[in-house]
Amino acid sequence: MSELSLQSKPHRAAVAEIVIAGVREALAMATEPPTTEVTEDTFLIGQSAVLDSMGLVTAILEIEQRLADEHDVTVVLADERAMSQKNSPFRSVRSLTDYVLQQIQA
Amino acid sequence: MDKRVVLVTGSRKGIGRYLAEQFLQQGMIVEGCSRNAPEWNAAGYTHHLLDVADEAAVKTMLASIQKRHGRLDILINNAGVASLNHSLLTPLSTVEKLMATNFAGTFLVCREAAKLMRKHKFGRIVNFSTVAVPLRLEGEAIYAASKSAVTVYTQVLARELAEFGITCNVVAPTPIDTDLIRGVPKDKLDLILRQQPIKRLGRFEDVANVIDFFIRPESDFITGQVIILGGLHGH
Repeated sequence: MSELSLQSKPHRAAVAEIVIAGVREALAMATEPPTTEVTEDTFLIGQSAVLDSMGLVTAILEIEQRLADEHDVTVVLADERAMSQKNSPFRSVRSLTDYVLQQIQA
Repeated sequence: MDKRVVLVTGSRKGIGRYLAEQFLQQGMIVEGCSRNAPEWNAAGYTHHLLDVADEAAVKTMLASIQKRHGRLDILINNAGVASLNHSLLTPLSTVEKLMATNFAGTFLVCREAAKLMRKHKFGRIVNFSTVAVPLRLEGEAIYAASKSAVTVYTQVLARELAEFGITCNVVAPTPIDTDLIRGVPKDKLDLILRQQPIKRLGRFEDVANVIDFFIRPESDFITGQVIILGGLHGH
């Protein structure tokens, strides 16, 4: 990997990939991993959520860690709306991807 | 087993420095931090210049620990500031400063440290309270309130982090002869000592002894506890 790509901020596709990988990792750590495929439409909060609240915490922390390891990007993914079904930036893979991009660009 | 990695906040002087040096003697890798540069250094010790209430700086410090050691086993949240004043004469800025360092600082370092600890399913967090909490000391309302916040936070955190193999406990020292109590008048100190079952000033060794107990691998069933030195109770 070139030094330039290490320093540049990741694009949306790369961020979405990291978010999906983080969710997959959290699913794999659950005692009974469901066979659900993870896409941008996957819900992370609410009745259709694929993760429980601890699974969500694990996924978020995995995403933070991957951003640091793979892109040298340091962000804190913490938000007071975290557990709100309506407004949470963590409600789906898509909204979480948008939120991560926002945080990186902030 | 790999060498244990420990982070001691407020390690420039006083108890923090003493603990850092003890851990080095025990063969651990020691990381420390403070707002001002320390006048000491040692092989195996790395110092970070930062304010524990600075979120970005705390995050950077923990990222640096992760990069260099790949782990963090023990966190000693010793950094703290005190203030002696009557409530009616206390400016808001003092309240904000104490809550920022004592409570928000403890919170931030715990949050970022626990993220590293959970990966290895092992962690020991020790936070600091004070006898000013159980004694409800007059003149120390804000200091005691900030440390009371640390205690309750630690006890809830203990529940939230239990499944990651991380324990969270509190040590509450009596007055010790450090800079923190330099401004406390002698009659005030005597008043505190008279209320302690064991009537003497604390020593660094007393604090280290409680911490040694909390961080032992065998203490994996001990979490959310407060040990108050000098025989006091009722946090």
